[in-house]
Amino acid sequence: MDIFGIPIQALMGQLLIGLINGSFYAILSLGLAIIFGLLNIINFAHGALYMMGAFVSWIGLTYLGINYWVALIASPVVVGCLGMLIERTMLKHLYRLDHLYGLLLTFGLALIIEGLFRYQFGISGASYPVPELLSGGFNLGFMFLPKYRAWVVLVSLVVCFGSWFIIERTKLGSYLRAGTENPQLLQAFGINVPLMITLTYGFGVGLAAFAGVLAAPVFQVNPVMGSNLIIVVFAVVVIGGMGSIMGSIVTGVGLGLVEGLTKVFYPEASSVVIFVIMGIVLLLRPAGLFGRER
Amino acid sequence: MNGKLVGWIALIAIGLVAPLVLYPVLLMKILCFALFACAFNLLLGYTGLLSFGHAAFLGSAGYVCGYAVQSLGLSPELGILAGTAVAAALGFVFGSLAIRRAGIYFAMITLALAQLVYFLALQFPFTGGEDGMQGIPRGRLLGMIDLGDTMNMYYFVLAIFLFGFWVVDRAIHSPFGQVLKAIRENEPRAVSLGYDVEKYKLLAFVLSAALSGLAGATKALVFQLASLTDVHWHMSGEIVLMTLLGGMGTVFGPIAGAAIVVGLQNYGAELGQWVTVLTGVIFVICVLAFRRGIFGELAVLIRRSGIRI
Repeated sequence: MDIFGIPIQALMGQLLIGLINGSFYAILSLGLAIIFGLLNIINFAHGALYMMGAFVSWIGLTYLGINYWVALIASPVVVGCLGMLIERTMLKHLYRLDHLYGLLLTFGLALIIEGLFRYQFGISGASYPVPELLSGGFNLGFMFLPKYRAWVVLVSLVVCFGSWFIIERTKLGSYLRAGTENPQLLQAFGINVPLMITLTYGFGVGLAAFAGVLAAPVFQVNPVMGSNLIIVVFAVVVIGGMGSIMGSIVTGVGLGLVEGLTKVFYPEASSVVIFVIMGIVLLLRPAGLFGRER
Repeated sequence: MNGKLVGWIALIAIGLVAPLVLYPVLLMKILCFALFACAFNLLLGYTGLLSFGHAAFLGSAGYVCGYAVQSLGLSPELGILAGTAVAAALGFVFGSLAIRRAGIYFAMITLALAQLVYFLALQFPFTGGEDGMQGIPRGRLLGMIDLGDTMNMYYFVLAIFLFGFWVVDRAIHSPFGQVLKAIRENEPRAVSLGYDVEKYKLLAFVLSAALSGLAGATKALVFQLASLTDVHWHMSGEIVLMTLLGGMGTVFGPIAGAAIVVGLQNYGAELGQWVTVLTGVIFVICVLAFRRGIFGELAVLIRRSGIRI
């Protein structure tokens, strides 16, 4: 069976890969958006912390025998705690300054983390087995759908929309949104804003690590997995516009699909298509698709 | 006697004498990066625009210069001109897109656009992909001077550097530079004074891109190599570090920053991955404790001690 001269298996396969990549884009750009919203910092270390999430679960499995399901919770917690430590010791000194210093500091952190992991593990990478429960797949008749890949798409969408729900529809979320508008006023209402900021950074970083754990069985676990991905995520963020949580989710998934489709119809352009889209969007809507002018 | 003149004389004297003491190839590398850092500083230090995609200009100029000299058989000076012109054109395109947003957005847009250039450099047939463009001939300058000779090449690079540095210095200390500083300090005020801020920013961006291209094209001739390293976003980060470390918004700072970072990478090569970690640590320390950079801190010390130069 063909669609536009492309075998349906190939089309569906690329769309699935696109959907998976899109899920990672969505979780990562969501984390960036949450951190940016409250801390006004572009977390350049996001890619490194995503890589760390994958490595923590790999180290846990290899040396301590900690299985995937435990790692799925434990890695984000470990990395999130590290994130909170970073926020308490370094980032909090930068809030009064130009936002660019936050970007520069986290860039330095990314170099440190990546350098340490490269020193320890080399750049060849290691593989992480798919958990038993999710091995195998479904035969859909026109294509074979590995269970694990379906799980990645499903769980990342659940996590993304869960985060969206918390931020946009709950009391806690309303504090967060108030904090981005006017931290002083919120403080005056008796909310511990510095603690809230620390926890938010921890949560955003935890999301990155969570994506890392999800990615471990799909991709090779290696020290540069984050630095290659993060630039694309930045482009996603620029296209989506940083103002909106929903924007980062929708743009993330959407661009993953677009990338997958490009791989089918014009493979040479697949690695640049997102940046081309970014150029076009910037020409037409400088604030991004879902962003508001600030 | 004014401090700037002393600085210029010291700079030229050091430049002339240095190859007698240090390895000239290392010095040429430092000069290329110093020019790159000065060009970058024009944008970050004097206009307040943090571009995170300057590697695109350095790298693409290198490729174009390499291609012009190697495949089209142009002379080295025309090759460098071609590289610079392409970087300037690219700077115009990037600048037009990026200056529509400010601050962090600006940084991320330049970064993403530079990554586009990286992928193109990876895929274009003439760039040599992962291997890069190797064995670029240095040729003869004006058809007479053989640049294959290291010392000839060194003085040629020194002349290019001094020219570029002079351009930056002139730009900073001209009315144009004053407007740039006004934009950096208070953009709405500059707008209300009637300046066409976007045009000034774009002009600064193109000038910075062109000089970065000049550095990149020269570098390609020095090492007879143009590779993906120069277009990678790590390079864009390194140039921020050099500028920050030396002191952004100071005239001589970026030169010192470039010398330190290049020296560190050169002598620290056997440390392997620790160089990356060390670079990161320097970055973090600079941002947390040392934001004025070496020359910025020096200026403050001198001012406090009451010495007038």
